[in-house]
Amino acid sequence: MYRQMVLIRRFEERAGQLYGMGQIGGFCHLYIGQEAVVVGMQAELKRGDSIITGYRDHGHMLACGIDARAVMAELTGRAAGISRGKGGSMHMFSVEHGFFGGHGIVAAQVPLGAGLGFAHKYKGDGHIAVTYFGDGAANQGQVYESFNMAELWKLPVIFVIENNQYAMGTSVNRASSEDQLYRRGESFRVPGMQVDGMDVLAVRGAARTAIDWVRAGNGPVLMEMKTYRYRGHSMSDPAKYRSREEVQAMREKSDPIEGLKKEIIDGGFADEAALKAIDREVRDEVAESADFALEAPEPALSELHTDVLLGTY
Amino acid sequence: MPQILLPAMSPTMEEGTLAKWLVAVGDVVKPGDVIAEIETDKATMELEADDGGTVAALLVAAGSEGVKVGTPIISITGEDEAPAPAPVAPPAAAPSPVAAITPEPTPAAIAPAVTAPAITAPEPASGPTRRQTVREALRDAMAEEMRGDGTVFVMGEEVAEYQGAYKVTQGLLEEFGPARVIDTPITEYGFAGLGTGAAMGGLKPVVEFMTFNFAMQAIDHIINSAAKTLYMSGGQMRCPIVFRGPNGAASRVAAQHSQNYGPWYASVPGLIVISPYDAADAKGLLKAAIRSPDPVVFLENELLYGQSFDVPEGEHVVPIGKARICRAGQHVTLVSYSIGVGVALQAAATLAAEGIEAEVIDLRTLRPLDRATVLASLKKTNRLVVVEEGWPTCSIASEIMAICMEDGFDDLDAPVLRVTNVDVPLPYAANLEKAALLKAEDVVAAARAVCYR
Ligand SMILES: Cc1ncc(C[n+]2csc(CCOP(=O)(O)OP(=O)(O)O)c2C)c(N)n1
Ligand SMILES: [Mg+2]
Repeated sequence: MYRQMVLIRRFEERAGQLYGMGQIGGFCHLYIGQEAVVVGMQAELKRGDSIITGYRDHGHMLACGIDARAVMAELTGRAAGISRGKGGSMHMFSVEHGFFGGHGIVAAQVPLGAGLGFAHKYKGDGHIAVTYFGDGAANQGQVYESFNMAELWKLPVIFVIENNQYAMGTSVNRASSEDQLYRRGESFRVPGMQVDGMDVLAVRGAARTAIDWVRAGNGPVLMEMKTYRYRGHSMSDPAKYRSREEVQAMREKSDPIEGLKKEIIDGGFADEAALKAIDREVRDEVAESADFALEAPEPALSELHTDVLLGTY
Repeated sequence: MPQILLPAMSPTMEEGTLAKWLVAVGDVVKPGDVIAEIETDKATMELEADDGGTVAALLVAAGSEGVKVGTPIISITGEDEAPAPAPVAPPAAAPSPVAAITPEPTPAAIAPAVTAPAITAPEPASGPTRRQTVREALRDAMAEEMRGDGTVFVMGEEVAEYQGAYKVTQGLLEEFGPARVIDTPITEYGFAGLGTGAAMGGLKPVVEFMTFNFAMQAIDHIINSAAKTLYMSGGQMRCPIVFRGPNGAASRVAAQHSQNYGPWYASVPGLIVISPYDAADAKGLLKAAIRSPDPVVFLENELLYGQSFDVPEGEHVVPIGKARICRAGQHVTLVSYSIGVGVALQAAATLAAEGIEAEVIDLRTLRPLDRATVLASLKKTNRLVVVEEGWPTCSIASEIMAICMEDGFDDLDAPVLRVTNVDVPLPYAANLEKAALLKAEDVVAAARAVCYR
């Protein structure tokens, strides 16, 4: 888990740099600060379970075990990218890893995730779906339509609200009449949990409880993860809506990577040197993915017309 | 020694102003510390250090304007024992290993694939004008109408405290207060419906969609609730609302964020659909839209927001439903709207050098469409090409072609052609995006073809 969180952190920093160099275009939303959420959840999921999220998706992909090079090459828009350069930062998918995107429209992934759960139940394969969305997304109507159907039909779905306290420039309490988001499922009888999303072990523990409940056929669970994003909403956000002190205080007091590091060292599970070795390995992996993503060729122009439809008519 | 290059801080940024240094040589910085303030094309941004270290040199003076993206601005020596990864490319001017291993253009050369050329063709100015960006013109239109009519209010995501996701509503909160400039949750279906209800209740809402891509969440209210009310109530119930926001492709934002909804809305009876090109029309038509007693879909374009044009001083209202001839010519007619007008004007300039004088028509309003202006021009030139930043199928281009067949058949000396985006979802990769979008050279080729040249 330590390695995965560091990998996401370093990968995102590098993506930010490549954006600054003009090698990544369009919108690019970094996951820095929120690493514990997806890493803690993923630690308890099984291969074959389905994951879906929004546009802030790089971390989810890395946590699913997708090759950093294929993710980075998608960011630079190259043929070796996981969507062959056609999707970009916000639209990446890997059916092989049970990762169903990467969606650019806020909250669209919520009913889609319920549908993935529906498919698992229909097929009776024992798997579950996890759909991640933001505190801002939590105000979309389709979220509640999904809660209702998921509970009504006892779908194996976990709704994970990544409450990083802001939707672009709007803080939760400026947009939500009920700002305790874990309670948002109550009128649909969807049980809710509030979890410290900056603590990967807390996330993992909560994930186990929720997953057991859902896998046993009891219907959906709503998990609100209290987390924080250190960077702007996307690369072009001046972030004037919060103070530097607020961000620095989070980084210094609640950083998920530093937190786990301390647990590991204090608990005597590994020493500083061993963790440093992991850091170095990750740096190399990320550097290699960036080199790969810059060297890989652009897609062939003929790719423009492929993958629009499957059949020929 | 690692240097930090001026980063691109938005999809459209090519250069910036180094407003202020927040560190000095010798300072120790931690990861995440703000080291400088940079003014971009949209906002003032804070530049953070990724890695910690000691500031060795400031390479660009505070206050420097027009610093190109990719210019080294500061050197920081690393704090890490491990050799710091070289995250930054050398200056674009020097032979660059990054450039050597990839066919990509240097960062500074990356520009939006559809560049609307800054060719302006003002209507014969009848009074004093001033240079304004499309963004400022739109803001002024809203502010003027809000001053004149207390029932006009603005609602949408990030329109108030954030000053607009694309800064179009800048300053409105300050002048009109939170009762009239309202930040909504991200709930397009809900606030489009609420706005429509408020219009039915006698107010004049201006509902901003962060982009029209997100209005698809709300399209039921735009069409089923707003557009049909007057008709279904036998003329009793009005719905004077404006739905506005950026439409069409932006820069590298890929398939879900890059669609032109002009043809969608223009097919709906009961709606007015406006899609201006320059700042004067943006202002004059938005004012007209707010005053209209009918529901209006007002389609802007992000890539045009930062472009400057002459805007008449004082009260300036442009009539809805009237196209504009923005360049006169006798050999071929180019019909377009929104960002396509810039492309058509660029093509017209190329054609003029070859002795083909193109007449360029900016439709400005897509519904009701100004058939008369299009047909009069066709009568003069006998040849017509439609230029549209959007898909070809069931498009405004298709509609113009139908009009030419129905009412201009005898005037046609060549088939009408359309030049549009390629008929695929918009790809992300830079080369594919460029290939998919509307291009002036294709317009030139089509114009030559209909002139049999
Ligand atoms: C339907 C829709 N509306 C608006 C947007 C523009 N937008 C993209 S992200 C975002 C904020 C979402 O915030 P939140 O759900 O809290 O997620 P976070 O970005 O914090 O991860 C907005 C308004 C969009 N992509 N889709
Ligand atoms: Mg959020």
